[in-house]
Amino acid sequence: MNTTTAKPKSLFQKVWDAHAIRKLASGQTQLLIGTHLIHEVTSPQAFGMLRDLGLKVLMPHRTFATVDHIVPTDQMFEPFADPLADAMIKELRRNCAEFGITFFDRSTGHQGIVHIVGPEQGITQPGTTIACGDSHTSTHGAFGAIAFGIGTSQVRDVLATQTMALGELKVRRINVEGKLETGVYAKDVILHIIRKLGVNGGTGYAYEYGGPVFDSFSLEERMTVCNMSIEGGARVGYVNPDQKTFDYLKGRPFAPKGSAWEDAVVRWTSFRSEPGCHYDDVVTFDAAEVEPTVTWGINPGQAISINERIPTVEDAPEEEKASVAEALAHMKLTPGAAIKGTPVNVAFLGSCTNGRLSDFVEVAKFLKGRKVAPNVRAIAVPGSQGVAKLCSEMGLDKLFEEAGFEWRGAGCSMCLAMNPDKLVGDEVCASSSNRNFKGRQGSPNGRTILMSPVMVAAAAVTGVVSDAREVFGT
Amino acid sequence: MPLEKITKIVGSAIIIPGDDIDTDRIIPARFMKCVTFDGLGEFLFYDVRHNETGEPTDHPLNRPEAKEAKFLISGNNFGCGSSREHAPQAIYRFGFRAVIAGGFAEIFFGNATTLGMPCISLSRSDLVDLQKTIHAEPSTKLELDLASKTLAVAGKSYAVQIRESARDALINGRWDAIGELLDALPKVRETASRLPYMNV
Repeated sequence: MNTTTAKPKSLFQKVWDAHAIRKLASGQTQLLIGTHLIHEVTSPQAFGMLRDLGLKVLMPHRTFATVDHIVPTDQMFEPFADPLADAMIKELRRNCAEFGITFFDRSTGHQGIVHIVGPEQGITQPGTTIACGDSHTSTHGAFGAIAFGIGTSQVRDVLATQTMALGELKVRRINVEGKLETGVYAKDVILHIIRKLGVNGGTGYAYEYGGPVFDSFSLEERMTVCNMSIEGGARVGYVNPDQKTFDYLKGRPFAPKGSAWEDAVVRWTSFRSEPGCHYDDVVTFDAAEVEPTVTWGINPGQAISINERIPTVEDAPEEEKASVAEALAHMKLTPGAAIKGTPVNVAFLGSCTNGRLSDFVEVAKFLKGRKVAPNVRAIAVPGSQGVAKLCSEMGLDKLFEEAGFEWRGAGCSMCLAMNPDKLVGDEVCASSSNRNFKGRQGSPNGRTILMSPVMVAAAAVTGVVSDAREVFGT
Repeated sequence: MPLEKITKIVGSAIIIPGDDIDTDRIIPARFMKCVTFDGLGEFLFYDVRHNETGEPTDHPLNRPEAKEAKFLISGNNFGCGSSREHAPQAIYRFGFRAVIAGGFAEIFFGNATTLGMPCISLSRSDLVDLQKTIHAEPSTKLELDLASKTLAVAGKSYAVQIRESARDALINGRWDAIGELLDALPKVRETASRLPYMNV
């Protein structure tokens, strides 16, 4: 093999090439999915289709299950009060038992949001392909995996064939240069990127994030950014693996052990994008321009920095006027007014975007000795039983409770309200989650303002949307 | 597994106005507490079809003629957000057979195509023009021809855009890939055997 003439390749291209089975008649590629993650909401119909077609799970050892969306975070026993939710967890148990799939059930102590459990267990690894019937699967790209959110028919395809049909994506390199100011977080970076590139700007692209800000980010911060790639329309987002990636994975239950570890690190390193590789697009941001960012509308791209004013219909570009008007009407916000000072009813800390140990540790620094405002209902929901255990060992559960937060069990909770955690009426929620769609948090009139965990804490203690840097004196 | 070759779709249309219609709006998450897709059609756009006490509103989907419609028309970036196949399933099970928009979110597009429900894009000006025609006469018949990539409406013909792989799959009856994917299992096993992480 003559390697000197080989064109430099991006990580995306290398992973794609290593997993491509063949071209299909339609022109799509049959792509091998090395790791399949499933949960209770989008898998039962897929197992039903398998049974209807008389098919088996091809590689049961490459599918891993957990339960997250429907779990009541304030009820630790079963049956669940909601019979539909109870039927769903039982169905997942039945399917995993019948087809021989590892299930991180609640009794294992490893249950949690699927995008938190995969990395925590060391299942998420560089240079791999991952699929899950959940759009936030892009989270796993933080490790240099190519991770796709898929629909239920594709869950069926992956169960039956360990492959799926997919068109190749273009790659957009997103550099964030410089250094973030104190009080500006990974969440602000991704809200800023989506605001600038648009909620459909990433359609057809994989986002490769890089530059000094990503080099300095922890794996958990990289996960926060990759998680929300889909909110920018990009199905896949990833960061090239580095020493931090390997350090994070070392010793985790499903990480390679012994001599296999050294081999794995060599292989993982080989997947990194090479200098001079082709990108279909390159976008560069200056970290100094990223401020604590909050949404004012009904999609994650409708965001402003905390000290900006709420947009007006008049100032919006022609093609956006209708959307801006609809968003302002739903949010009941005053055009042209400051977003700072908007009263909130609920503060939600958690989700696959910001429900990891580092999120609670960072908030705890500022929450210690402070109290949630009397008119605010505040809940803190660790993303997994593993995160809950670590928080508890550090005394964070007590600290949050003393501040007036309810400390809950692991699950998706109020991010999407498929469980009892919901907004009521037109409540305003300061939320560390990923979507501010109409009705997303369980009430058709509910109003969601997305922000970083520390900004949620600032809103919780003041009762209004606030600049955390002012509230906490950072 | 022979599949229907989907080339022509003829019928009336319902307009869901707005850009960035997300899958939470198409089917709110609380209706996904189910283990089959049966009956999802009745929850399609539930929160705008019902008022706070659960009574039906005058939303176009609540009108009797909606049951006959074959085309759902919306704005840009239709189906953004969650990967839930429940969204295209609900649209299909309501009775629609194609979605026309300014553009589609990636996962929604793939999910809908796999159900044999074409997602076709029109230019902004054609979309506005089409919506005007339908507003003026809601029973207007649309005729989509994927072979010629045209949409014929009231004597006009619009050029439609659809990703070529999806068009090919629809018109040749291979929009559900499972049969084709199963054909390659020996190669799948062989490729997997060369990837250490798949062999632990």
